[in-house]
Amino acid sequence: MRAAAALALLCCVLLGSMLHAQTATGAAAGAPPAQVDLARLDQRVTAAQSAADNAWMLVSAALVLMMTGPGLALFYGGLVRQKNTLAIMIQSFALMALITVLWAMVGYSLCFSEGTPIIGGFGHAFLRGVGVDPNADYAGTIPQLTFMVYQLMFAIITPALITGATAERMTFSGTVVFMTLWSLGVYAPLAHMVWGKGGLLNATLGGRFPTLDFAGGTVVHITSGVSALVCALYLGKRTGYPREPMPPHSLVLSFIGACLLWVGWFGFNAGSALASNGVAASAFVATHFAAAAATIGWLAAEWITRGRPSALGAISGAVAGLVAITPASGFVTPVPALLIGLAAGIGCFVMVTIAKGRFGYDDALDAFGVHGAGGTIGALLTGIFATRLVNPIFHDSQGAALPVGLLDGNPSQLAYQLVGIAMAWIFALVGSLVLLKITDLLVGVRASEAQELEGLDLTEHGEEAYNLEM
Amino acid sequence: MKLIKAIVRPNKVDDVKDALGRVSLPGMTVTEVRGHGKQKGHTAIYRGKEYDVSLLPKMQIEVVVPDNLVDEAVAAIITAARTGEIGDGRVFVIPVEQSYRIRTGERSDS
Repeated sequence: MRAAAALALLCCVLLGSMLHAQTATGAAAGAPPAQVDLARLDQRVTAAQSAADNAWMLVSAALVLMMTGPGLALFYGGLVRQKNTLAIMIQSFALMALITVLWAMVGYSLCFSEGTPIIGGFGHAFLRGVGVDPNADYAGTIPQLTFMVYQLMFAIITPALITGATAERMTFSGTVVFMTLWSLGVYAPLAHMVWGKGGLLNATLGGRFPTLDFAGGTVVHITSGVSALVCALYLGKRTGYPREPMPPHSLVLSFIGACLLWVGWFGFNAGSALASNGVAASAFVATHFAAAAATIGWLAAEWITRGRPSALGAISGAVAGLVAITPASGFVTPVPALLIGLAAGIGCFVMVTIAKGRFGYDDALDAFGVHGAGGTIGALLTGIFATRLVNPIFHDSQGAALPVGLLDGNPSQLAYQLVGIAMAWIFALVGSLVLLKITDLLVGVRASEAQELEGLDLTEHGEEAYNLEM
Repeated sequence: MKLIKAIVRPNKVDDVKDALGRVSLPGMTVTEVRGHGKQKGHTAIYRGKEYDVSLLPKMQIEVVVPDNLVDEAVAAIITAARTGEIGDGRVFVIPVEQSYRIRTGERSDS
Protein backbone atom coordinates (compact mmCIF):
# COMPACT_ATOMS: atom_id res chain seq x y z
CA MET A 1 0.00 0.00 0.00
CA ARG A 2 2.64 2.43 1.13
CA ALA A 3 4.81 1.63 -1.88
CA ALA A 4 1.89 2.27 -4.25
CA ALA A 5 1.13 5.60 -2.65
CA ALA A 6 4.77 6.61 -2.92
CA LEU A 7 4.82 5.60 -6.58
CA ALA A 8 1.68 7.66 -7.28
CA LEU A 9 3.22 10.66 -5.57
CA LEU A 10 6.38 10.28 -7.62
CA CYS A 11 4.32 10.14 -10.81
CA CYS A 12 2.47 13.33 -9.86
CA VAL A 13 5.69 15.13 -9.22
CA LEU A 14 7.23 13.97 -12.48
CA LEU A 15 4.12 14.80 -14.50
CA GLY A 16 3.89 18.20 -12.82
CA SER A 17 7.47 19.04 -13.66
CA MET A 18 6.98 17.88 -17.25
CA LEU A 19 3.90 20.04 -17.69
CA HIS A 20 5.71 22.92 -16.09
CA ALA A 21 8.56 22.57 -18.53
CA GLN A 22 6.12 22.52 -21.44
CA THR A 23 4.31 25.59 -20.16
CA ALA A 24 7.60 27.39 -20.06
CA THR A 25 8.45 26.58 -23.69
CA GLY A 26 4.83 27.13 -24.76
CA ALA A 27 4.71 30.52 -23.15
CA ALA A 28 7.82 31.39 -25.03
CA ALA A 29 5.95 30.83 -28.31
CA GLY A 30 3.34 33.37 -27.25
CA ALA A 31 0.15 31.21 -27.03
CA PRO A 32 -1.95 31.05 -23.84
CA PRO A 33 -0.37 28.37 -21.60
CA ALA A 34 -3.50 26.23 -20.97
CA GLN A 35 -4.29 25.96 -24.66
CA VAL A 36 -0.75 24.92 -25.50
CA ASP A 37 -0.88 22.23 -22.82
CA LEU A 38 -4.08 20.79 -24.27
CA ALA A 39 -2.78 20.86 -27.81
CA ARG A 40 0.36 19.03 -26.75
CA LEU A 41 -1.59 16.50 -24.74
CA ASP A 42 -3.86 15.92 -27.71
CA GLN A 43 -0.85 15.41 -29.94
CA ARG A 44 0.61 12.89 -27.55
CA VAL A 45 -2.64 10.96 -27.23
CA THR A 46 -2.91 10.81 -31.02
CA ALA A 47 0.69 9.67 -31.31
CA ALA A 48 0.16 6.99 -28.67
CA GLN A 49 -2.97 5.66 -30.41
CA SER A 50 -1.22 5.73 -33.74
CA ALA A 51 1.71 3.79 -32.30
CA ALA A 52 -0.58 1.14 -30.85
CA ASP A 53 -2.63 0.79 -34.03
CA ASN A 54 0.43 0.73 -36.23
CA ALA A 55 2.08 -1.98 -34.14
CA TRP A 56 -0.97 -4.21 -34.41
CA MET A 57 -1.40 -3.56 -38.13
CA LEU A 58 2.22 -4.35 -38.97
CA VAL A 59 1.92 -7.60 -37.02
CA SER A 60 -1.37 -8.33 -38.79
CA ALA A 61 0.23 -7.76 -42.19
CA ALA A 62 2.95 -10.24 -41.31
CA LEU A 63 0.34 -12.74 -40.07
CA VAL A 64 -1.55 -12.54 -43.36
CA LEU A 65 1.64 -13.13 -45.34
CA MET A 66 2.27 -16.15 -43.11
CA MET A 67 -1.06 -17.54 -44.30
CA THR A 68 0.26 -17.73 -47.87
CA GLY A 69 3.95 -18.41 -47.28
CA PRO A 70 4.03 -21.42 -45.07
CA GLY A 71 0.26 -21.70 -44.44
CA LEU A 72 -1.41 -22.25 -47.79
CA ALA A 73 1.74 -23.66 -49.41
CA LEU A 74 1.92 -26.44 -46.80
CA PHE A 75 -1.84 -26.99 -46.72
CA TYR A 76 -2.02 -27.46 -50.49
CA GLY A 77 1.44 -29.03 -50.69
CA GLY A 78 0.37 -31.92 -48.50
CA LEU A 79 -2.86 -32.48 -50.42
CA VAL A 80 -1.27 -33.11 -53.81
CA ARG A 81 0.54 -36.25 -54.89
CA GLN A 82 4.24 -36.40 -54.10
CA LYS A 83 5.31 -35.65 -57.68
CA ASN A 84 3.54 -32.25 -57.66
CA THR A 85 4.52 -31.01 -54.21
CA LEU A 86 7.04 -28.34 -55.18
CA ALA A 87 4.99 -27.25 -58.19
CA ILE A 88 2.04 -26.25 -55.99
CA MET A 89 4.21 -24.73 -53.25
CA ILE A 90 6.21 -22.57 -55.63
CA GLN A 91 2.97 -21.12 -57.03
CA SER A 92 2.10 -19.62 -53.64
CA PHE A 93 5.64 -18.37 -53.22
CA ALA A 94 5.87 -16.94 -56.73
CA LEU A 95 2.64 -15.03 -56.11
CA MET A 96 4.20 -13.47 -53.01
CA ALA A 97 6.79 -11.94 -55.32
CA LEU A 98 4.69 -11.30 -58.41
CA ILE A 99 1.69 -9.63 -56.78
CA THR A 100 4.00 -7.45 -54.67
CA VAL A 101 5.64 -5.97 -57.76
CA LEU A 102 2.27 -5.50 -59.46
CA TRP A 103 0.89 -3.91 -56.31
CA ALA A 104 3.65 -1.30 -56.28
CA MET A 105 3.12 -0.47 -59.95
CA VAL A 106 -0.66 -0.30 -60.30
CA GLY A 107 -2.40 -2.83 -58.04
CA TYR A 108 -2.78 -0.65 -54.96
CA SER A 109 -3.88 2.29 -57.05
CA LEU A 110 -6.53 0.32 -58.95
CA CYS A 111 -7.94 -0.93 -55.65
CA PHE A 112 -7.78 2.11 -53.40
CA SER A 113 -7.32 5.37 -55.29
CA GLU A 114 -10.44 7.24 -56.34
CA GLY A 115 -11.77 6.38 -59.74
CA THR A 116 -15.01 4.96 -61.07
CA PRO A 117 -17.49 2.92 -58.98
CA ILE A 118 -16.06 -0.25 -60.60
CA ILE A 119 -12.31 0.30 -60.44
CA GLY A 120 -9.87 2.80 -58.94
CA GLY A 121 -7.72 5.21 -60.92
CA PHE A 122 -4.00 5.69 -61.29
CA GLY A 123 -3.66 8.31 -58.54
CA HIS A 124 -1.42 6.03 -56.47
CA ALA A 125 0.37 4.35 -59.37
CA PHE A 126 3.95 3.49 -58.38
CA LEU A 127 2.80 4.30 -54.85
CA ARG A 128 2.74 8.02 -55.52
CA GLY A 129 1.59 9.85 -52.40
CA VAL A 130 1.76 6.73 -50.23
CA GLY A 131 3.94 7.58 -47.25
CA VAL A 132 3.91 7.79 -43.49
CA ASP A 133 0.91 10.13 -43.37
CA PRO A 134 -2.39 8.33 -42.83
CA ASN A 135 -5.06 8.11 -45.49
CA ALA A 136 -8.03 9.33 -43.46
CA ASP A 137 -10.58 7.70 -45.79
CA TYR A 138 -9.42 4.20 -44.88
CA ALA A 139 -7.40 4.25 -41.67
CA GLY A 140 -6.82 7.59 -40.01
CA THR A 141 -4.39 6.46 -37.33
CA ILE A 142 -1.82 4.41 -39.24
CA PRO A 143 0.66 5.35 -41.95
CA GLN A 144 -0.78 4.79 -45.40
CA LEU A 145 2.30 2.63 -46.01
CA THR A 146 1.02 0.25 -43.33
CA PHE A 147 -2.46 0.17 -44.85
CA MET A 148 -0.96 -0.38 -48.30
CA VAL A 149 1.26 -3.28 -47.27
CA TYR A 150 -1.52 -4.86 -45.19
CA GLN A 151 -3.87 -4.81 -48.18
CA LEU A 152 -1.08 -6.23 -50.35
CA MET A 153 -1.07 -9.41 -48.27
CA PHE A 154 -4.75 -9.94 -49.16
CA ALA A 155 -4.02 -9.41 -52.83
CA ILE A 156 -1.32 -12.10 -52.55
CA ILE A 157 -3.35 -14.83 -50.88
CA THR A 158 -6.47 -14.45 -53.02
CA PRO A 159 -5.02 -15.71 -56.33
CA ALA A 160 -2.95 -18.26 -54.37
CA LEU A 161 -6.21 -19.83 -53.18
CA ILE A 162 -7.19 -20.53 -56.80
CA THR A 163 -4.16 -22.79 -57.27
CA GLY A 164 -6.06 -25.39 -55.25
CA ALA A 165 -8.34 -25.95 -58.24
CA THR A 166 -5.64 -25.89 -60.92
CA ALA A 167 -3.28 -28.15 -58.97
CA GLU A 168 -1.39 -30.99 -60.62
CA ARG A 169 -2.16 -29.96 -64.21
CA MET A 170 -1.71 -26.21 -64.89
CA THR A 171 1.65 -25.11 -66.22
CA PHE A 172 3.78 -22.64 -64.27
CA SER A 173 3.86 -20.17 -67.16
CA GLY A 174 0.08 -20.39 -67.50
CA THR A 175 -0.30 -19.80 -63.78
CA VAL A 176 1.97 -16.76 -63.79
CA VAL A 177 0.23 -15.09 -66.74
CA PHE A 178 -3.28 -15.93 -65.58
CA MET A 179 -2.69 -14.75 -62.01
CA THR A 180 -1.20 -11.47 -63.23
CA LEU A 181 -4.21 -10.79 -65.41
CA TRP A 182 -6.60 -12.02 -62.74
CA SER A 183 -5.14 -9.81 -60.03
CA LEU A 184 -5.70 -6.72 -62.16
CA GLY A 185 -8.88 -7.82 -63.93
CA VAL A 186 -10.90 -9.52 -61.18
CA TYR A 187 -9.35 -8.83 -57.77
CA ALA A 188 -8.74 -5.09 -58.25
CA PRO A 189 -12.31 -4.26 -59.34
CA LEU A 190 -13.86 -6.30 -56.54
CA ALA A 191 -11.55 -4.83 -53.90
CA HIS A 192 -12.32 -1.34 -55.19
CA MET A 193 -16.07 -1.91 -55.37
CA VAL A 194 -16.27 -3.28 -51.82
CA TRP A 195 -13.52 -1.42 -49.95
CA GLY A 196 -12.47 1.49 -52.17
CA LYS A 197 -13.76 5.03 -51.68
CA GLY A 198 -16.70 5.55 -54.03
CA GLY A 199 -16.83 1.84 -54.90
CA LEU A 200 -20.20 0.50 -56.07
CA LEU A 201 -20.63 -1.86 -53.10
CA ASN A 202 -18.86 0.18 -50.41
CA ALA A 203 -20.78 0.27 -47.12
CA THR A 204 -19.59 3.59 -45.73
CA LEU A 205 -17.65 5.53 -48.37
CA GLY A 206 -20.38 6.36 -50.84
CA GLY A 207 -21.32 3.00 -52.34
CA ARG A 208 -24.57 2.60 -54.26
CA PHE A 209 -25.26 -0.84 -52.75
CA PRO A 210 -23.74 -0.88 -49.25
CA THR A 211 -22.48 -4.45 -48.87
CA LEU A 212 -20.99 -5.69 -45.62
CA ASP A 213 -17.68 -7.46 -46.09
CA PHE A 214 -15.48 -6.99 -43.08
CA ALA A 215 -12.38 -8.89 -44.17
CA GLY A 216 -13.00 -10.29 -47.63
CA GLY A 217 -15.82 -12.83 -47.87
CA THR A 218 -16.76 -11.50 -51.29
CA VAL A 219 -13.49 -9.84 -52.29
CA VAL A 220 -11.23 -12.74 -51.35
CA HIS A 221 -13.21 -15.94 -50.96
CA ILE A 222 -16.08 -15.72 -53.44
CA THR A 223 -13.84 -14.31 -56.18
CA SER A 224 -11.13 -16.93 -55.66
CA GLY A 225 -13.56 -19.79 -55.04
CA VAL A 226 -15.76 -19.11 -58.07
CA SER A 227 -12.72 -18.47 -60.27
CA ALA A 228 -11.37 -21.79 -59.02
CA LEU A 229 -14.51 -23.51 -60.31
CA VAL A 230 -14.11 -21.82 -63.70
CA CYS A 231 -10.47 -22.93 -63.83
CA ALA A 232 -11.35 -26.51 -62.89
CA LEU A 233 -13.96 -26.63 -65.65
CA TYR A 234 -11.78 -24.92 -68.25
CA LEU A 235 -8.70 -27.05 -67.58
CA GLY A 236 -10.64 -30.29 -67.42
CA LYS A 237 -9.96 -33.21 -65.14
CA ARG A 238 -6.53 -34.45 -64.17
CA THR A 239 -5.46 -37.42 -66.26
CA GLY A 240 -6.90 -40.48 -64.59
CA TYR A 241 -9.44 -38.62 -62.43
CA PRO A 242 -11.63 -40.01 -60.89
CA ARG A 243 -10.63 -43.55 -61.85
CA GLU A 244 -7.14 -43.53 -60.34
CA PRO A 245 -6.56 -42.94 -56.66
CA MET A 246 -5.08 -39.50 -55.95
CA PRO A 247 -4.79 -39.41 -52.17
CA PRO A 248 -2.98 -36.56 -50.36
CA HIS A 249 0.71 -37.41 -50.10
CA SER A 250 1.25 -35.92 -46.63
CA LEU A 251 -1.56 -34.87 -44.36
CA VAL A 252 1.10 -33.92 -41.84
CA LEU A 253 2.14 -31.01 -44.07
CA SER A 254 -1.51 -30.09 -44.59
CA PHE A 255 -2.10 -30.22 -40.86
CA ILE A 256 0.74 -27.79 -40.12
CA GLY A 257 -0.46 -25.55 -42.95
CA ALA A 258 -4.02 -25.46 -41.61
CA CYS A 259 -2.82 -24.57 -38.13
CA LEU A 260 -0.75 -21.70 -39.56
CA LEU A 261 -3.81 -20.57 -41.51
CA TRP A 262 -5.92 -20.53 -38.36
CA VAL A 263 -3.39 -18.39 -36.48
CA GLY A 264 -2.74 -16.15 -39.48
CA TRP A 265 -6.46 -15.57 -39.85
CA PHE A 266 -6.40 -13.47 -36.66
CA GLY A 267 -4.35 -10.95 -38.62
CA PHE A 268 -6.66 -11.31 -41.60
CA ASN A 269 -9.91 -10.70 -39.71
CA ALA A 270 -9.04 -8.84 -36.51
CA GLY A 271 -6.51 -6.79 -38.49
CA SER A 272 -9.32 -5.69 -40.80
CA ALA A 273 -10.49 -3.38 -38.01
CA LEU A 274 -7.44 -1.36 -39.20
CA ALA A 275 -6.90 -0.39 -35.56
CA SER A 276 -6.14 -2.06 -32.24
CA ASN A 277 -9.64 -1.50 -30.88
CA GLY A 278 -12.80 -3.21 -29.66
CA VAL A 279 -13.90 -4.19 -33.17
CA ALA A 280 -10.57 -5.96 -33.59
CA ALA A 281 -11.13 -7.84 -30.34
CA SER A 282 -14.62 -8.81 -31.43
CA ALA A 283 -13.38 -9.98 -34.83
CA PHE A 284 -10.62 -11.99 -33.16
CA VAL A 285 -13.12 -13.79 -30.92
CA ALA A 286 -15.63 -14.37 -33.73
CA THR A 287 -12.88 -15.79 -35.95
CA HIS A 288 -11.72 -18.26 -33.35
CA PHE A 289 -15.24 -19.34 -32.38
CA ALA A 290 -16.32 -19.90 -35.98
CA ALA A 291 -13.25 -22.04 -36.71
CA ALA A 292 -13.98 -24.17 -33.64
CA ALA A 293 -17.68 -24.66 -34.48
CA ALA A 294 -16.92 -25.46 -38.11
CA THR A 295 -14.35 -28.08 -37.12
CA ILE A 296 -16.99 -29.77 -34.99
CA GLY A 297 -19.61 -29.40 -37.75
CA TRP A 298 -17.49 -31.06 -40.43
CA LEU A 299 -16.24 -33.80 -38.10
CA ALA A 300 -19.75 -34.60 -36.87
CA ALA A 301 -21.13 -34.74 -40.41
CA GLU A 302 -18.26 -37.01 -41.41
CA TRP A 303 -18.59 -39.24 -38.37
CA ILE A 304 -22.32 -39.69 -38.92
CA THR A 305 -22.24 -40.26 -42.68
CA ARG A 306 -18.89 -42.06 -43.11
CA GLY A 307 -18.39 -43.72 -39.77
CA ARG A 308 -15.04 -42.10 -38.91
CA PRO A 309 -13.87 -38.59 -38.03
CA SER A 310 -10.68 -37.75 -39.98
CA ALA A 311 -7.75 -35.38 -39.51
CA LEU A 312 -8.32 -34.03 -43.02
CA GLY A 313 -11.97 -33.45 -42.10
CA ALA A 314 -10.99 -31.52 -38.98
CA ILE A 315 -8.62 -29.16 -40.76
CA SER A 316 -10.93 -28.73 -43.76
CA GLY A 317 -13.76 -27.82 -41.40
CA ALA A 318 -11.63 -25.25 -39.60
CA VAL A 319 -10.68 -23.56 -42.88
CA ALA A 320 -14.33 -23.56 -44.01
CA GLY A 321 -15.35 -21.83 -40.78
CA LEU A 322 -12.56 -19.27 -41.09
CA VAL A 323 -13.68 -18.52 -44.64
CA ALA A 324 -17.33 -18.07 -43.67
CA ILE A 325 -16.66 -15.81 -40.68
CA THR A 326 -14.39 -13.54 -42.73
CA PRO A 327 -17.10 -11.14 -44.01
CA ALA A 328 -18.95 -11.26 -40.69
CA SER A 329 -16.06 -11.14 -38.25
CA GLY A 330 -16.21 -7.44 -37.37
CA PHE A 331 -20.01 -7.32 -37.23
CA VAL A 332 -21.21 -10.24 -35.10
CA THR A 333 -21.18 -11.33 -31.46
CA PRO A 334 -19.65 -14.67 -30.39
CA VAL A 335 -22.77 -16.87 -30.47
CA PRO A 336 -23.77 -15.99 -34.04
CA ALA A 337 -20.10 -16.61 -34.92
CA LEU A 338 -20.53 -20.16 -33.61
CA LEU A 339 -23.66 -20.59 -35.74
CA ILE A 340 -21.93 -19.25 -38.87
CA GLY A 341 -19.04 -21.62 -38.28
CA LEU A 342 -21.32 -24.61 -37.78
CA ALA A 343 -23.28 -23.80 -40.95
CA ALA A 344 -20.06 -23.51 -42.94
CA GLY A 345 -18.60 -26.72 -41.53
CA ILE A 346 -21.63 -28.75 -42.52
CA GLY A 347 -22.34 -26.82 -45.75
CA CYS A 348 -18.80 -27.15 -47.10
CA PHE A 349 -18.69 -30.83 -46.12
CA VAL A 350 -21.76 -31.40 -48.30
CA MET A 351 -20.28 -29.37 -51.17
CA VAL A 352 -16.94 -31.18 -51.11
CA THR A 353 -18.01 -34.75 -50.42
CA ILE A 354 -21.38 -34.94 -52.18
CA ALA A 355 -21.92 -32.09 -54.68
CA LYS A 356 -18.47 -32.33 -56.28
CA GLY A 357 -18.83 -36.04 -56.97
CA ARG A 358 -22.32 -35.53 -58.38
CA PHE A 359 -21.36 -32.73 -60.80
CA GLY A 360 -18.08 -34.38 -61.75
CA TYR A 361 -15.78 -31.31 -61.95
CA ASP A 362 -12.21 -31.83 -60.74
CA ASP A 363 -11.63 -29.10 -58.18
CA ALA A 364 -8.45 -30.88 -57.12
CA LEU A 365 -8.01 -29.43 -53.63
CA ASP A 366 -11.54 -28.06 -53.17
CA ALA A 367 -10.86 -24.35 -53.58
CA PHE A 368 -14.45 -23.84 -54.77
CA GLY A 369 -16.03 -26.24 -52.30
CA VAL A 370 -14.43 -24.45 -49.36
CA HIS A 371 -13.83 -20.83 -50.44
CA GLY A 372 -16.63 -20.35 -52.96
CA ALA A 373 -19.26 -22.10 -50.89
CA GLY A 374 -17.97 -20.92 -47.50
CA GLY A 375 -17.60 -17.33 -48.72
CA THR A 376 -21.15 -17.28 -50.05
CA ILE A 377 -22.58 -18.78 -46.85
CA GLY A 378 -20.66 -16.21 -44.81
CA ALA A 379 -21.63 -13.22 -46.93
CA LEU A 380 -25.31 -14.15 -46.65
CA LEU A 381 -25.23 -14.81 -42.91
CA THR A 382 -23.40 -11.50 -42.35
CA GLY A 383 -26.55 -9.77 -43.61
CA ILE A 384 -28.55 -11.68 -41.02
CA PHE A 385 -26.36 -11.50 -37.91
CA ALA A 386 -24.53 -8.16 -38.24
CA THR A 387 -25.30 -5.90 -35.29
CA ARG A 388 -24.65 -2.30 -34.25
CA LEU A 389 -23.69 -3.63 -30.80
CA VAL A 390 -20.39 -4.74 -32.31
CA ASN A 391 -19.87 -2.24 -35.10
CA PRO A 392 -22.24 0.74 -35.52
CA ILE A 393 -21.24 1.60 -39.07
CA PHE A 394 -24.56 3.10 -40.18
CA HIS A 395 -25.70 6.41 -38.63
CA ASP A 396 -28.63 8.77 -39.06
CA SER A 397 -28.14 12.51 -39.53
CA GLN A 398 -27.92 13.03 -35.73
CA GLY A 399 -25.16 10.45 -35.47
CA ALA A 400 -27.27 7.78 -33.73
CA ALA A 401 -26.45 4.19 -34.67
CA LEU A 402 -28.83 2.54 -37.14
CA PRO A 403 -29.52 -1.20 -37.32
CA VAL A 404 -27.01 -3.16 -39.42
CA GLY A 405 -28.23 -6.69 -40.20
CA LEU A 406 -31.59 -8.42 -40.54
CA LEU A 407 -31.90 -9.47 -36.89
CA ASP A 408 -30.72 -6.01 -35.84
CA GLY A 409 -33.74 -4.55 -37.66
CA ASN A 410 -32.39 -3.83 -41.14
CA PRO A 411 -33.94 -6.42 -43.51
CA SER A 412 -32.80 -4.57 -46.63
CA GLN A 413 -29.20 -5.45 -45.77
CA LEU A 414 -29.87 -9.02 -46.86
CA ALA A 415 -30.80 -7.72 -50.31
CA TYR A 416 -27.57 -5.70 -50.48
CA GLN A 417 -25.62 -8.79 -49.47
CA LEU A 418 -27.23 -10.64 -52.36
CA VAL A 419 -26.20 -7.85 -54.73
CA GLY A 420 -22.63 -8.07 -53.44
CA ILE A 421 -22.58 -11.84 -53.77
CA ALA A 422 -24.03 -11.64 -57.29
CA MET A 423 -21.45 -9.05 -58.39
CA ALA A 424 -18.59 -11.14 -57.03
CA TRP A 425 -19.90 -14.30 -58.72
CA ILE A 426 -20.47 -12.58 -62.07
CA PHE A 427 -17.07 -10.85 -62.10
CA ALA A 428 -15.31 -14.05 -61.14
CA LEU A 429 -17.19 -16.21 -63.65
CA VAL A 430 -16.91 -13.93 -66.66
CA GLY A 431 -13.53 -12.41 -65.80
CA SER A 432 -11.83 -15.73 -65.16
CA LEU A 433 -13.22 -17.33 -68.29
CA VAL A 434 -12.02 -14.47 -70.51
CA LEU A 435 -8.61 -14.28 -68.83
CA LEU A 436 -8.12 -18.05 -69.03
CA LYS A 437 -8.87 -17.93 -72.74
CA ILE A 438 -6.34 -15.11 -73.22
CA THR A 439 -3.73 -16.98 -71.17
CA ASP A 440 -4.38 -20.14 -73.15
CA LEU A 441 -3.78 -18.26 -76.42
CA LEU A 442 -0.63 -16.59 -75.07
CA VAL A 443 1.23 -19.41 -73.31
CA GLY A 444 -1.16 -22.33 -72.88
CA VAL A 445 -2.60 -23.42 -69.55
CA ARG A 446 -2.66 -27.20 -69.44
CA ALA A 447 0.35 -29.41 -68.89
CA SER A 448 0.76 -32.30 -71.34
CA GLU A 449 -0.34 -35.77 -70.34
CA ALA A 450 3.29 -36.90 -70.27
CA GLN A 451 4.13 -34.04 -67.89
CA GLU A 452 1.22 -34.94 -65.67
CA LEU A 453 2.25 -38.58 -65.47
CA GLU A 454 5.85 -37.73 -64.63
CA GLY A 455 4.82 -34.97 -62.26
CA LEU A 456 5.12 -31.19 -62.52
CA ASP A 457 7.98 -31.03 -60.01
CA LEU A 458 10.37 -32.66 -62.46
CA THR A 459 8.91 -31.49 -65.76
CA GLU A 460 8.19 -27.86 -64.83
CA HIS A 461 10.88 -27.17 -62.26
CA GLY A 462 13.54 -29.85 -62.65
CA GLU A 463 13.59 -30.89 -59.01
CA GLU A 464 11.90 -33.28 -56.62
CA ALA A 465 10.41 -32.65 -53.20
CA TYR A 466 11.94 -35.68 -51.55
CA ASN A 467 15.29 -37.33 -52.29
CA LEU A 468 15.28 -39.71 -49.39
CA GLU A 469 17.23 -42.67 -50.74
CA MET A 470 20.85 -42.97 -49.57
CA MET B 1 22.13 -74.62 -51.04
CA LYS B 2 18.73 -72.98 -50.94
CA LEU B 3 17.33 -69.45 -50.98
CA ILE B 4 14.66 -68.99 -48.36
CA LYS B 5 12.35 -66.11 -49.22
CA ALA B 6 9.96 -65.21 -46.41
CA ILE B 7 7.27 -62.53 -46.67
CA VAL B 8 6.28 -61.50 -43.16
CA ARG B 9 4.50 -58.79 -41.21
CA PRO B 10 6.71 -55.69 -40.82
CA ASN B 11 6.60 -55.90 -37.03
CA LYS B 12 7.88 -59.50 -37.08
CA VAL B 13 11.19 -58.80 -38.80
CA ASP B 14 13.18 -58.48 -35.59
CA ASP B 15 11.74 -61.70 -34.18
CA VAL B 16 12.63 -63.56 -37.37
CA LYS B 17 16.12 -62.08 -37.35
CA ASP B 18 16.70 -63.23 -33.78
CA ALA B 19 15.33 -66.70 -34.54
CA LEU B 20 17.61 -67.09 -37.57
CA GLY B 21 20.52 -65.90 -35.44
CA ARG B 22 19.86 -68.77 -33.02
CA VAL B 23 20.12 -71.20 -35.99
CA SER B 24 23.60 -69.67 -36.62
CA LEU B 25 22.82 -68.15 -39.99
CA PRO B 26 25.09 -65.13 -40.40
CA GLY B 27 23.47 -63.02 -43.13
CA MET B 28 20.11 -61.86 -44.42
CA THR B 29 18.64 -59.31 -46.83
CA VAL B 30 15.43 -57.43 -45.98
CA THR B 31 13.26 -55.54 -48.49
CA GLU B 32 10.09 -53.49 -48.00
CA VAL B 33 7.42 -54.91 -50.27
CA ARG B 34 3.68 -54.58 -50.84
CA GLY B 35 1.25 -57.27 -51.72
CA HIS B 36 -1.79 -59.24 -50.80
CA GLY B 37 -2.86 -62.81 -50.35
CA LYS B 38 -6.02 -63.78 -48.52
CA GLN B 39 -5.80 -60.71 -46.30
CA LYS B 40 -8.20 -57.94 -47.28
CA GLY B 41 -7.01 -54.33 -47.31
CA HIS B 42 -8.59 -51.22 -45.79
CA THR B 43 -10.65 -48.40 -47.20
CA ALA B 44 -9.27 -44.88 -46.81
CA ILE B 45 -11.57 -41.87 -47.25
CA TYR B 46 -10.21 -38.42 -48.14
CA ARG B 47 -12.88 -35.69 -48.26
CA GLY B 48 -15.52 -38.26 -49.09
CA LYS B 49 -13.55 -40.01 -51.82
CA GLU B 50 -12.89 -43.65 -51.04
CA TYR B 51 -9.67 -45.42 -51.87
CA ASP B 52 -9.04 -49.14 -51.42
CA VAL B 53 -5.72 -49.86 -49.82
CA SER B 54 -5.53 -53.45 -51.04
CA LEU B 55 -1.75 -53.86 -51.28
CA LEU B 56 -0.48 -53.99 -47.74
CA PRO B 57 3.06 -53.33 -46.59
CA LYS B 58 5.11 -56.47 -45.83
CA MET B 59 8.78 -57.24 -45.36
CA GLN B 60 10.59 -59.75 -47.54
CA ILE B 61 13.49 -61.57 -45.89
CA GLU B 62 15.98 -63.47 -48.01
CA VAL B 63 18.58 -65.88 -46.63
CA VAL B 64 20.75 -68.41 -48.39
CA VAL B 65 21.27 -71.55 -46.31
CA PRO B 66 23.12 -74.87 -46.70
CA ASP B 67 20.80 -77.77 -47.52
CA ASN B 68 21.21 -79.35 -44.08
CA LEU B 69 19.91 -76.22 -42.29
CA VAL B 70 16.84 -75.54 -44.48
CA ASP B 71 14.26 -77.32 -42.34
CA GLU B 72 15.52 -75.78 -39.15
CA ALA B 73 15.60 -72.29 -40.66
CA VAL B 74 12.10 -72.56 -42.10
CA ALA B 75 10.75 -73.79 -38.78
CA ALA B 76 12.46 -70.90 -36.99
CA ILE B 77 10.93 -68.32 -39.38
CA ILE B 78 7.44 -69.80 -39.10
CA THR B 79 7.53 -69.92 -35.31
CA ALA B 80 8.83 -66.35 -35.05
CA ALA B 81 6.51 -64.76 -37.64
CA ARG B 82 3.25 -66.48 -36.74
CA THR B 83 0.34 -64.67 -35.08
CA GLY B 84 -2.36 -67.09 -36.21
CA GLU B 85 -4.30 -64.38 -38.08
CA ILE B 86 -4.76 -64.02 -41.83
CA GLY B 87 -1.88 -61.97 -43.23
CA ASP B 88 1.03 -63.71 -41.49
CA GLY B 89 2.76 -64.24 -44.86
CA ARG B 90 4.51 -67.00 -46.80
CA VAL B 91 7.85 -68.83 -46.94
CA PHE B 92 9.35 -70.03 -50.22
CA VAL B 93 12.37 -72.31 -50.61
CA ILE B 94 14.20 -71.97 -53.92
CA PRO B 95 17.28 -73.90 -55.16
CA VAL B 96 20.50 -71.93 -55.64
CA GLU B 97 23.09 -73.14 -58.17
CA GLN B 98 26.16 -71.19 -57.17
CA SER B 99 27.15 -68.32 -54.94
CA TYR B 100 30.26 -66.10 -54.87
CA ARG B 101 31.74 -63.86 -52.26
CA ILE B 102 32.54 -60.60 -54.03
CA ARG B 103 35.48 -59.57 -51.82
CA THR B 104 37.50 -62.73 -52.46
CA GLY B 105 35.84 -64.21 -55.52
CA GLU B 106 35.53 -67.48 -53.55
CA ARG B 107 32.80 -69.82 -54.82
CA SER B 108 30.63 -72.12 -52.75
CA ASP B 109 28.34 -74.79 -54.09
CA SER B 110 26.98 -76.42 -50.98
